[in-house]
Amino acid sequence: MIAIKLAYRNLVGAGLRTWLNVIVLAFVLFMIIWHYGILDGWNEQANRDMKAWEVGNGQYWQENYDPYDFFTLEESHAKIPEALKKATNDGIVTPILINQGSIYPEGRIQSMLLKGITPDQNVIVLPSEELNVESEEIPVIIGRRMAKSCKLQEGDVTTIRWRDINGTFDATEVKIVKVFNCDVPNVDQGQIWIHIEKLQEMMQAYGEATMFIIGEDFEMNETVSGWEYKDFDFLMTEMNEMMKMKKVGGSFMYVILMLLAMLAIFDTQVLSIFRRQKEIGTYIAMGMTRAQVVSLFTVEGAMHAILAVIFIGIFGTPLLIWLMSIGMTMPAGSDDMGIAIAETIYPVYGAGLIIGTSLLIFVITLIVSYLPARKISKMKPTDAIKGKIQ
Amino acid sequence: MEQSSIITIKELIKRFPVGKGEFTALNGINLAFNTGEFAGIVGPSGSGKTTLLNIIGSLDTATEGKAVVMGQSTGDLTTKGAAKLRRKHLGFIFQTYNLLPVYTVYENVEFPLLLLQMSDSERRKAINDALEWVGLTDKIKSRPAQLSGGECQRVAIARAMVKKPEIVLADEPTANLDAANSHNILKMMLKLNEELKTTFIFATHDDKVIKYLKRKISLEDGKVVKDEIIKIKGD
Repeated sequence: MIAIKLAYRNLVGAGLRTWLNVIVLAFVLFMIIWHYGILDGWNEQANRDMKAWEVGNGQYWQENYDPYDFFTLEESHAKIPEALKKATNDGIVTPILINQGSIYPEGRIQSMLLKGITPDQNVIVLPSEELNVESEEIPVIIGRRMAKSCKLQEGDVTTIRWRDINGTFDATEVKIVKVFNCDVPNVDQGQIWIHIEKLQEMMQAYGEATMFIIGEDFEMNETVSGWEYKDFDFLMTEMNEMMKMKKVGGSFMYVILMLLAMLAIFDTQVLSIFRRQKEIGTYIAMGMTRAQVVSLFTVEGAMHAILAVIFIGIFGTPLLIWLMSIGMTMPAGSDDMGIAIAETIYPVYGAGLIIGTSLLIFVITLIVSYLPARKISKMKPTDAIKGKIQ
Repeated sequence: MEQSSIITIKELIKRFPVGKGEFTALNGINLAFNTGEFAGIVGPSGSGKTTLLNIIGSLDTATEGKAVVMGQSTGDLTTKGAAKLRRKHLGFIFQTYNLLPVYTVYENVEFPLLLLQMSDSERRKAINDALEWVGLTDKIKSRPAQLSGGECQRVAIARAMVKKPEIVLADEPTANLDAANSHNILKMMLKLNEELKTTFIFATHDDKVIKYLKRKISLEDGKVVKDEIIKIKGD
């Protein structure tokens, strides 16, 4: 207790030297909280958007379906199983049929996926109801990334070509009835959404689907033969792994920032012990044990971290809240990265993040402060009193 | 009136390593100090005054012999035990004041009481008393850098006296002060010695201090060459 009181006095008395260290530490703390907040916010947004647009509450995949191998698409469709028929009719799950094809915007050729979906589904937020419009050409909807890469816009008519389940190529005209804005590239890039019944007809795969997206009210009671259940966590694995990698990548920056801050603390401590020998001798003469003096200097160093947390609490909190409200606008082109990323990412600061980061900084500061303070225990008090360099 | 020995030094030898050899700073010292003495260890530089004071103050240990302070042999004390002895029974006054630079006058004087874990109210009263003794009640918020040398030494005296220790060890307390300040300070210490019965032991070669001593122990080459009781003639 006495060490805390004296350390606080010494720090406040040291003035500018203390505040410079505190500001450096507070800056590091702020940067870590803000950057991790951005990553957590991104993760949360990606989870929310992927659930809403792509993943739902889980999926059933036709047993041959492999999203990473387009060649499996020829074999990965089957009749809607009896076990899922009722849920499909009730709109709790929605079937998706997938086929490979090509699009010919302005005479160019580009590979794409044709995805059939029920226009009246409510399982994902894809604006599939737009597929209900009457049109001479087949109405299709595409995302803004696809529209951008194909230079297509609403109302454009273009040619698509595909192969049915018997291997016969066919082609037709489609009309872009809607270009939707979506943060999930997996439902946008290189894809055209079409009425599922139309696609079934085009593929000669009547009543068939490649996968089912599960809605909120669905309860799975039995395994479905020929179909594999993929839960939400499995479907988010890739995204979560990517966020972990981002955090690891980001942590290099924190390590550098932390090293700089710790160097400042270490330097201050070493200098303090060098400059304050007379003071150390006086402490001992007045009845402090060497261990008490070591702990005083250690607490003094570690208190920089406490003051930094208080500093952030007072000055950083409003800034962090403001940054949370305005978010961080992602640079142009970042939506082509292939991962779910919104135009603006809003940081999320969890209690774990704030307490964990503060504790980490405190512990590291404590260690960095203790290391030079150990030198005090080797000092001769008679020399220290005179301020003799030892 | 028979007085009890508060400090007893027996056959004390202190050697320091110098190069490959040794330097004997104190050689066979035998001394005893009674409660309430106002004594000085005098002698030229290098005679061993400060070394003797450091051993009495348990800041250093004897190579041979023993120094018994308040019934405790300083050589047998652990570092914790020595710290406790200093904390409870000893006050130090240094030539260069050794005030804590970032503390105010009040905080400097408060420091020994914090170590004794005294309550707030007890501390406040003791500090005010100590600052009154040295006449610095108007400077409680000043920092050492804002004080003159004389004022700094008065703060150091207040700090040494605030816990009312049995013994105060003063190493060249007037060496950095002018004559007027030296006299003021010595008068103050003498007054405290008389009022509080605190034992003062000085290490000095300053005539201004010697003039006030009631006992003068002369040291030369680490040996006591003279130990005399002095009758004070007045200012």
